[in-house]
Amino acid sequence: MPTGYDPTTIWGVIVAAGILTFAIRGSFIYLFGRIDTVPTRVKSALEYVPAAIFAALVLPALVAPSGSLELSLGNERLVAGTLAAIAAWYTERVVVTIAVGMIALWVLRFVL
Amino acid sequence: MPTVPPDFLDGVRDAAPLHLGIAPFGLVAGVAAVEQGLSIFHAIGMSSIVFAGASQLAMIELLGADAPLAIVVGTAVIVNLRMMMYSASIAPYFRSFAARAKAVASYLLTDQAYALSIARYNQDDGTDRFAYYIGVAASLWVVWQISTIAGAVVGAGLPPEWGFEFAAPLVFLALLVPTLKDRASGASALTGGIVAVAVVVAGVPFHLDIIVAAVAGVFVGLTVESLGGDA
Repeated sequence: MPTGYDPTTIWGVIVAAGILTFAIRGSFIYLFGRIDTVPTRVKSALEYVPAAIFAALVLPALVAPSGSLELSLGNERLVAGTLAAIAAWYTERVVVTIAVGMIALWVLRFVL
Repeated sequence: MPTVPPDFLDGVRDAAPLHLGIAPFGLVAGVAAVEQGLSIFHAIGMSSIVFAGASQLAMIELLGADAPLAIVVGTAVIVNLRMMMYSASIAPYFRSFAARAKAVASYLLTDQAYALSIARYNQDDGTDRFAYYIGVAASLWVVWQISTIAGAVVGAGLPPEWGFEFAAPLVFLALLVPTLKDRASGASALTGGIVAVAVVVAGVPFHLDIIVAAVAGVFVGLTVESLGGDA
């Protein structure tokens, strides 16, 4: 669904996210000499962020593509996503994962 | 005549296999942007100003769903928080850089630039650190910009029934797998995924799913770790 926000607002969001992302990237590169190490507790917490967010970005799109739980073979995204997950697990390659998932989706949609 | 430092070329060469990996990701980011009603200039602006693929895709989806702006920006920050680790880990090697070089290096910091550079610094003390880093990071930057623009141009003409928006979760799937390193990160992923589904299905407003899932996932990951889950 296309966004309802106007172009200027979207530019504001892009600039805000850009500045904050730059601050994250530059944080310790600039602070070195004043703060040399990240506290162990913070470091461990940061290590678990990617696993949690990437799973959170994947799972709802597969098991609840239209907002309610659809755990059946009739859910083409769940089936295609599961096949793509197997491909991702064995190849760890973005392009293979996308190819398997998209082709599976098209086969389910246009062929079967 | 100025010569190109050999360490710069080493960086470009070492990054070459990764260029192939990020190109499809960039295409997806470009396609997703125009599919969610952003202009091609927004897509280019996002790739050059934010320059962080996973957060770009998350922002595009949230903008398409008309999520509150604070949630859009907050989710991008959470998705990019991992780069603070890279910043801390690579900082000692960048200590002697001038302020402007530090700014450039910070702007170009990505998962791939970090991983390759750290490996090289640990292996070879005599590396021209800035030259090597820029070889890796700037070449990734160029590929990212070109592939996003290509995606945005092509995306405008793609038929909706082909469901190209499904490529976005597929990219996240490919990013998820390498993060599953041990029991604690597995528990963190499982929690993050289930909590996100629960938040979506329960109809919690404001698209808080990613932020809530990140907090819950990190909490469970730390708990499993403290229980001795280093296996």
